[in-house]
Amino acid sequence: MTGPQPIDEATTPRLPRHVKLRFDEARGAWVLLAPERVLMPDEIACDVLKRLDGKTQLGALIDALARDYEAPRDLVAGDVTELLRDLAGKGMVSL
Amino acid sequence: MTAPIPMGLLAELTHRCPLQCPYCSNPVELARPAGEIDTATWARVFREAAGLGVLQVHLSGGEPCARRDLPEIVAAAAAAGLYTNLITSAVTLDEARLATLVEAGLDHVQISFQDAEPAGADRIAHMPGAHAKKLAAARLVTKAGLALTVNAVVHRQNLDRLGAMIDLALELGAQRLEVAHVQYYGWALANRAALMPTRAQLDRATETVEEARRIHAGRLVIDYVVPDYYATRPKACMGGWGRQFLVVSPAGKVLPCHAAAGIAGLVFDDVREKSLREIWENGDAFQRFRGTAWMPEPCRGCAHKEEDWGGCRCQAFALTGDAAATDPACRLSPAHAAIGGLATAEASAAPPEFRYRRFERGAEAPAPAPAPAAAAPASSLSGIPAVSAPHERVDP
Repeated sequence: MTGPQPIDEATTPRLPRHVKLRFDEARGAWVLLAPERVLMPDEIACDVLKRLDGKTQLGALIDALARDYEAPRDLVAGDVTELLRDLAGKGMVSL
Repeated sequence: MTAPIPMGLLAELTHRCPLQCPYCSNPVELARPAGEIDTATWARVFREAAGLGVLQVHLSGGEPCARRDLPEIVAAAAAAGLYTNLITSAVTLDEARLATLVEAGLDHVQISFQDAEPAGADRIAHMPGAHAKKLAAARLVTKAGLALTVNAVVHRQNLDRLGAMIDLALELGAQRLEVAHVQYYGWALANRAALMPTRAQLDRATETVEEARRIHAGRLVIDYVVPDYYATRPKACMGGWGRQFLVVSPAGKVLPCHAAAGIAGLVFDDVREKSLREIWENGDAFQRFRGTAWMPEPCRGCAHKEEDWGGCRCQAFALTGDAAATDPACRLSPAHAAIGGLATAEASAAPPEFRYRRFERGAEAPAPAPAPAAAAPASSLSGIPAVSAPHERVDP
């Protein structure tokens, strides 16, 4: 059994090599590209994805987002974890 | 209507292929090597595609590795900013070749497997030793750190080993598995009776896929393409005609779908004569079934018309002789009951021999399979099963 990957604040989420985040001029939007998949993340999801440098742990990522968006840490933690879990399920983020 | 922004380009680099799969997506009338467009033209096509908004290019064939200039072609696609996906049989893909492709900027490799065990796989591909070569190549892909998709085209002669094919994808370290029931155009239409599964086989396969998706969530993404003949609603073929996809053939013809050459009366522009933008926006073949204005009833008044975009035009033509007819996969089509009956009858009879895909000297088009409503056209075509399905998705 494999099942969903575990995620906690010590996890270091990153974009796998085959997943690319880039700005698309034709649509005027950021796109997340993976095999046979194109996602168009919204502004906040996009900001989260841009911060996935392969070094920052989830806990530090949440701290930074809570600070920059002046939002309660619990709320940010829930939203970001949910986003990353969802993307990991689609194979677009490695945990 | 205004042309939408396309997402994907299927680049059929050549129709040469060492395999002879009887469900090949290439047209029955294969393009000759001498007529293939050159490296510079492909590079221009990629730049123009990127300019139109295309995000991903699928380098396919035939066997794309049969092109000696494949590394230059990959480099040109990467330079244009496209996400590059190599769709290959992999039987000629060795370590040195793969290294040049990685160097050139290749993002992803998709390898087809014909079965889970060598004897069946080699028989279906009609190439001794093919399966072993594919296994070796798939291991090279993951070793090189590239993402791997295993493509499994399934039909009555391999469906009972679907579980083993899923295990194979996991063992090879694939991130993605495409389980695609054969779609019946061209070569596959000519071989339909040899390929059509029974309803029971289909139901078991669907259960197997659903269970595997649950068990392997987060490790293996499984895309599933269901067969039209047992469907009740049509697939949104190509994500809608002229909406998300374009195909450039080895000879430079630009098509809304790789199977569209089989529709009589459609004229395809040549990328050597016009820009890709002009063809995409104004080409007759792209305009013909774009949007919903061309639809007859019951499609025109249907609540789902902007979900399935009327289904598949190639299938409507192949099965009714009218490309604008309601896709017989839809239960509202007058031909629907007939194709279901046809599938059941063919699947319950002993399978005939395969007619293998190959260049046929002076050959006529394949004997069309009996069609329920009207005679099948003489030169029908085929579909990469996976590409006939909604191929790329934009999540909201």
